[in-house]
Amino acid sequence: MTLEESRAAYWKANLRLLAVLLTIWFVVSFGLGILLAQPLNTFSIGGYPLGFWFAQQGSMYTFIVLIFFYAWRMNALDRKFDVHEE
Amino acid sequence: MDLQTLSFLVVGATFVLYIGIAIWARAGSTSEFYVAGKGVNPILNGMATAADWMSAASFISMAGLIAFLGFTGGAYLMGWTGGYVLMALLLAPYLRKFGKFTVPEFIGDRFYSKTARIVAVISLLVISITYVIGQMRGVGIAFSNILEMDLAIGLLSGMVVVFIYAVFGGMKGITYTQIAQYVIMIFAYTVPAVFISLTLTGHAFPQIGLGSTLIGEDTQLLQALDQTLMDLGFAAYTSVTGMSLLNMFLLTLALMIGTAGLPHVIIRFFTVPRVRDARKSAGFALLFIGILYTTAPAVGAMAMYNFINTVQPGPVGDPQGNVVIEERPDWMLRWERTGLLEWEDKNEDGRLQYYNDADEEFAEMAREEWGWEGNEFTTIDRDIMVLANPQIAGLPNWVIALVAAGGIAAALSTAAGLLLAISSSISHDLMKGVLTPGISERSELLSGRIAMAAAILLAGYLGLNPPGFAAEVVALAFGLAAASLFPVLMMGIFVKKMNREGAIAGMLAGLGSTLLYIFLFKGWFFLPGTNMFPDTAEYWLLGINPTGFGVIGAILNFIAAFLVMKITKEPPEHIQHLVEDVRVPRVGTS
Repeated sequence: MTLEESRAAYWKANLRLLAVLLTIWFVVSFGLGILLAQPLNTFSIGGYPLGFWFAQQGSMYTFIVLIFFYAWRMNALDRKFDVHEE
Repeated sequence: MDLQTLSFLVVGATFVLYIGIAIWARAGSTSEFYVAGKGVNPILNGMATAADWMSAASFISMAGLIAFLGFTGGAYLMGWTGGYVLMALLLAPYLRKFGKFTVPEFIGDRFYSKTARIVAVISLLVISITYVIGQMRGVGIAFSNILEMDLAIGLLSGMVVVFIYAVFGGMKGITYTQIAQYVIMIFAYTVPAVFISLTLTGHAFPQIGLGSTLIGEDTQLLQALDQTLMDLGFAAYTSVTGMSLLNMFLLTLALMIGTAGLPHVIIRFFTVPRVRDARKSAGFALLFIGILYTTAPAVGAMAMYNFINTVQPGPVGDPQGNVVIEERPDWMLRWERTGLLEWEDKNEDGRLQYYNDADEEFAEMAREEWGWEGNEFTTIDRDIMVLANPQIAGLPNWVIALVAAGGIAAALSTAAGLLLAISSSISHDLMKGVLTPGISERSELLSGRIAMAAAILLAGYLGLNPPGFAAEVVALAFGLAAASLFPVLMMGIFVKKMNREGAIAGMLAGLGSTLLYIFLFKGWFFLPGTNMFPDTAEYWLLGINPTGFGVIGAILNFIAAFLVMKITKEPPEHIQHLVEDVRVPRVGTS
């Protein structure tokens, strides 16, 4: 692979990862925490109505996991495409 | 020891700590002054970022805001945390790779244009100055309401402390004080929350307590709260009401995009050594923020539950069901003195009623059946939900003193970060970048310090004489960050062909449309009475609240940028190479 091809492949892998993570980001907060909150409130998790839980707890936990997952995956991609730092 | 003396000692001790850090962490170069020499440990930077981000509003006001909004309060929780996902995935690592000192500097270099840089500086100044007013108000609230001290003295001592560590230490001094401030703030926030959660539910973690049954009963805390609120004519706490789903959606998105575009937070990621540190640091920042943000909804709901049960200890409608005025608890007496809590015995029964008299049907029924003549709490400032918490829970005085120190830490840490963003954009972007490019590093450092000192004086003045629109402008700060800076930063990284003309057109379109929409409903430059339309849902364009309009501004920014890009010259070769370099942590060799 030439340097240019390798860079393009790295960028593509990065964009694919972003697409997956941002979809989760959107679905959990805007989907489960807002748009679908009303129907979800008929279910419960612990003593929380489920929609309420996503809006005030669950989406925040998801965000934290998303960022750490991203950092871990990107560091792996950096090494795979040999663009990692010292 | 009485509360006053104890509070002085606790707050005084934190101030001594900040000054000690200032002496230890002086800045000797512009790199240390602007980005702490790029040598901050990523986990510590996460802590500093959390303190930088969590303002007086997060610490003092947010739980109360949620307490009165219920479910839709989630917009603030998700909005102010979800923005970190955008910042961590779309901006922070790349801007760190770029490796310069300020946000406008990236915009100026990437779009090879001094004009773009100046437009970015203007956005930054409007955003940061409006934001800093709120912090100064927070310092005032902590001093005058918790410590019951003169606001001016409190504000002045806060300014002196910030002056010492921000002017001499720059980003380096600010970073290490923010770390200390984070620890103080998170301790002050969680200790009362843990005690209240234990008292109500027996669970030490408020996040679990909020979803648990009440001690000695079979009822879930949230169910009990829903029921009591409905009995009093309000909507159930967990139900989807309060604002339209469209506006909740837009507000959440505007807060997210705005958060991601706030320059004073972005520059925190310039202080870590490597790109991978920036990624990791963003995760830790949100983790540290999350500790407070996941506690806040519990604080809000539990404080609301405690408040209602204090006012309405017996069955709703029972003549004996409400608290007797003469027997009301001490914490109510205390907050009445500050004016944050006021009541009036409208039906002269010697008891206090709290209910939803805005619901006409319910108010009519309460009048006929129970002889209630209106909600008797004429003022309940939402801030007391956090401020009065330790007293409601019957915690010792040192916890109250700690809450004061925490509120002040939250306000000062954010103020310092904002002041640095303001002063670096003046000394580095305006002076070094545009007006006097030939100045030496020493003179640039000196002008940075002078700009910082001037910004502190301005912030202090605005804190003492808050403009009447102080509350309104916070929405403006987020709307503008969303509409002006975020899209152009993102396109600078992700759209290689985005050019100077597109970026400037985009920023102006976003900034202009958002300002226009806000001014139409809030008054031109917020002058009262100059608004063109009443600020109510039936006049809003498609029902969009001005606080959520930043999203539309951001969309217009993207559209304008792409349209103009299509009809103008593509960026020069070396700029396209710059973008390619920003996209990789290290230039590969394979």
